[in-house]
Amino acid sequence: MTFLTQVLNGLSLGSIYALVALGYTMVYGIILLLNFAHGDIIMVGGYIAWIAMANLGLPPAIAAILAVIGCMALGVLIDKIAYAPLRDAPRLSILITAIGVSYFLENGGQLAFGAAAKVVPSFGDFGSIQLGDASLSGRAILTVLVTAAATAVLTFLVQKTKLGKAMRAVSEDMGAARLMGINVNNTISFTFAVGSALAGIGSVLYCMAYTQVTPTMGIMLGTKAFVAAVLGGIGSIPGAVIGGLIVGFAEVFVSAIGLSVWQDAVVFLLLIIVLVVKPTGLLGRPMTEKV
Amino acid sequence: MKDYYNKGEERPTLSASVAKPAGVYRSLPMPARYAINAVLVLLFLVIGEGLISGGVVNRYQSGVLEQVGIYIIMAVSLNIATGYLGQLPLGHAGFMSVGGYSCALFIIHMMPVLGVETKAMAAMSSPAAIGLFVMGVVFGGICAAVCGLIIGIPALRLKGDYLAIITLGFAEIIRVVINNIDGVLGFDFTGGAKGLSGIPGYTNFLNVFLTVAVVIFLIHTMMKSRHGRAILAIRDNEIAAEASGVKTTYYKTLAFVVSAFFAGVGGALYAGCIGVMDPSKFGFMKSVEILVMVVLGGMGSMLGSVVSASVLTILPEALRAFSEYRMVVYAVVLILVMIFRPQGLFGSYDFSLSRVVERCLNKDFPWKKKPGAPAEPAKEVSADE
Repeated sequence: MTFLTQVLNGLSLGSIYALVALGYTMVYGIILLLNFAHGDIIMVGGYIAWIAMANLGLPPAIAAILAVIGCMALGVLIDKIAYAPLRDAPRLSILITAIGVSYFLENGGQLAFGAAAKVVPSFGDFGSIQLGDASLSGRAILTVLVTAAATAVLTFLVQKTKLGKAMRAVSEDMGAARLMGINVNNTISFTFAVGSALAGIGSVLYCMAYTQVTPTMGIMLGTKAFVAAVLGGIGSIPGAVIGGLIVGFAEVFVSAIGLSVWQDAVVFLLLIIVLVVKPTGLLGRPMTEKV
Repeated sequence: MKDYYNKGEERPTLSASVAKPAGVYRSLPMPARYAINAVLVLLFLVIGEGLISGGVVNRYQSGVLEQVGIYIIMAVSLNIATGYLGQLPLGHAGFMSVGGYSCALFIIHMMPVLGVETKAMAAMSSPAAIGLFVMGVVFGGICAAVCGLIIGIPALRLKGDYLAIITLGFAEIIRVVINNIDGVLGFDFTGGAKGLSGIPGYTNFLNVFLTVAVVIFLIHTMMKSRHGRAILAIRDNEIAAEASGVKTTYYKTLAFVVSAFFAGVGGALYAGCIGVMDPSKFGFMKSVEILVMVVLGGMGSMLGSVVSASVLTILPEALRAFSEYRMVVYAVVLILVMIFRPQGLFGSYDFSLSRVVERCLNKDFPWKKKPGAPAEPAKEVSADE
């Protein structure tokens, strides 16, 4: 395990966190909701990929597309059923609803698939590249490339398209956006769809890296990604990517120096330190409260 | 006209509401209110003890009753931070585990010092055992309160969601530390992942019930005091409260620490009740379970917390056959309550026995609408069970 290998490991783990963190950040940016159910959407995506590959024998590419579509549909459905009726409710109510949805998906998954881990057939193995004495695994490189592509597409979507403009407008001021003729509900649904699609991509990459799915896999993955999003400054797209990479690197290096049992504690400690020093995260906009 | 004013007669008021004639609505003096509640608590206690010693309630059922008491403490303590302060801490299980571990370790290590046998500790038969129990529970509470202070100072600088995630993070850190501290210390302290065993079963219905009564009484009196009003003011509007001279940081920290203290007390009892502490019992799920109790009952309602903690503890035991569906039902109920009744089942309503007695004294019953009836006394936060 050379330094370069560790860097790549950190980069690929961080990429998965970044993809998931992007979903958190986008939803937070638009309706100021910490979507606790986001981690569990990944779990559902993982199970879709598992069913498609292990039970139906579909090729990985099709399984990945199915997982992404499934996550997208689930994200929009959750928004329509659980969050939309609460648009004007206090933020605490929506937050607790999100916890309820997360709880529901976890326990529903446990009920439907059992608590034991399901093995996903291994895929995406492109061998490895030998670089000096470092061996760079093809999977890790693929993960990083997919994440980079997804982030690029997302940035284009948000910055250059009409829908992206609508998203930015709604996140700036929902009332004013509505007066300008933007369909706020559709824009929010679209945001959930994009965020959940990223979660779907994340779930496929997770399956590729760890080759197993469990009903509770979303909790820790979701929490870490959530930490990443808050660390980078929630609501900011580059912040989510940076946060994800920081969390990924922190975990890999803490494990590398032989303290792997402490890695969760280190990640949370990092979060606390950043929040105490800079309460809105690294790239977050400071929010002023109007009286 | 002039005479009218000089005769000292009552002036006709413009508003439709009739002013409350002084001395007509009879209210109870404070000592009487306390006496009524004390009698009620004693009544519950005598009935409970009678049923247990009479053999009507078996060992398993009295164990469930202890759990009910522990979860009532957990729910009312979380209610301080959620319902009264209006924050959303997601790390309540962390404080519970700190209280539980520190109380269990304190009692285990102090038993030989004070010469208390395990049997005497479990039966609460000697004054030393009772003293040790009280000290252990208070010690557990203090340890949790210290953790609450350490967490609260940075966490309370942040608002809403950030506070939620930072407390969640701290609870995870506590769990990781309890899990791995033995390796760092080099000797057996918390027992790590395999758990801390050999805790004497120092809880019984009597001491759990008394602790619940004391905790509820303390929280009730605190919320009725100046400090409690300040905390409620912060919940309703933090900026307005600050502008009115409420020291928001101080009171937020105070509420948070008190909440952690009582969570530690609950954890201390929990350790004695289950006998084996194990860090995996205190994950995020446990925090959510307690939060569900508070939210379902109604944030800011003591009665709501007590009722929902009791129901949600007894129901799963009664429905053992359907235990796998339990969590799914929990989740669905939580979502439905939030959508259709966001204030919880009881809202901020609280039952007050003295209010009922007062109404009876004045023959002022809800079904009896009489003109000019005095306005309903202001809703109050009450601890009456």
